[in-house]
Amino acid sequence: MKRLTLIALLGLALPAFADRLPMPSDAPASFKEECGSCHLPFPPALLAADDWGRIMNGLDKHFGSDATVSPKNWPKIKSFLESHAGRGDRLGSAGNPPRITQTQRFIRKHHEVPAKFWRDPRVKSAANCEACHRGAANGNYGEHDIAIPELRE
Amino acid sequence: MRALPALLLLLASLASHAETPQQIRQAYVAEAAGQQAGFAPSAKRGETLFRQRFAINDKMPACTSCHTDNPLSAGQHAVTGKTIRPLASTANAERFTDPAKVEKWFGRNCKEVVGRACTPAEKADFIAYMSEVR
Repeated sequence: MKRLTLIALLGLALPAFADRLPMPSDAPASFKEECGSCHLPFPPALLAADDWGRIMNGLDKHFGSDATVSPKNWPKIKSFLESHAGRGDRLGSAGNPPRITQTQRFIRKHHEVPAKFWRDPRVKSAANCEACHRGAANGNYGEHDIAIPELRE
Repeated sequence: MRALPALLLLLASLASHAETPQQIRQAYVAEAAGQQAGFAPSAKRGETLFRQRFAINDKMPACTSCHTDNPLSAGQHAVTGKTIRPLASTANAERFTDPAKVEKWFGRNCKEVVGRACTPAEKADFIAYMSEVR
């Protein structure tokens, strides 16, 4: 009986684990500061290492902004992102310039989200993870924490 | 374990160079006075700068595009949608306390929104407004 409970609990826990993207503990302070001012500091696992390399090499023209970081912080942020990057074969191509929201993984995970939610002024951009994933800042992207019902006004 | 993030934050705040908005403003005032004798900062001019529509950048024509018309309120990034904490130090005690951070964001935002670097006089005026607005 005890075993059965354990299996049942494990079954409940597994889907949640799949959508946990906790920030690796060795994230440099400069990563959160530099990459977390205009948008959430995105989990490194959401892009492949070569795509992070492309992002880091193009910070002076970063989606319309000059997001240059100091020469002291640049290598720290780059190696952090690359060492925790996701697998390109699982994520799918991110396009050029690379966008997390263009990877097949992102598209597959969000295919059921109607267009009007993306256009909601509180969401504004698919890069605004926290608009729907209330726990995104803590790495929680589980389906149970989604604030979408609020958008159904 | 729960105390660890708080402890790390405390250490980080000790490591960075903390000042008051008045001290940071004063450094800009001194710099401006070197270019313009008798310069005195003005919160009113700072407010005009904050509200001016520069229209250099389609998505961010003015400071208010992200920071809203009320610097005491939270804003929203015009491109990413991320919530931005209030800009006024009267509403957000963290504002204008780290000189390097202040200089970095004046650098980025003036270039993108105003279309040029802001002058020390403009920076002093801006901080005067942000530390007096209520």
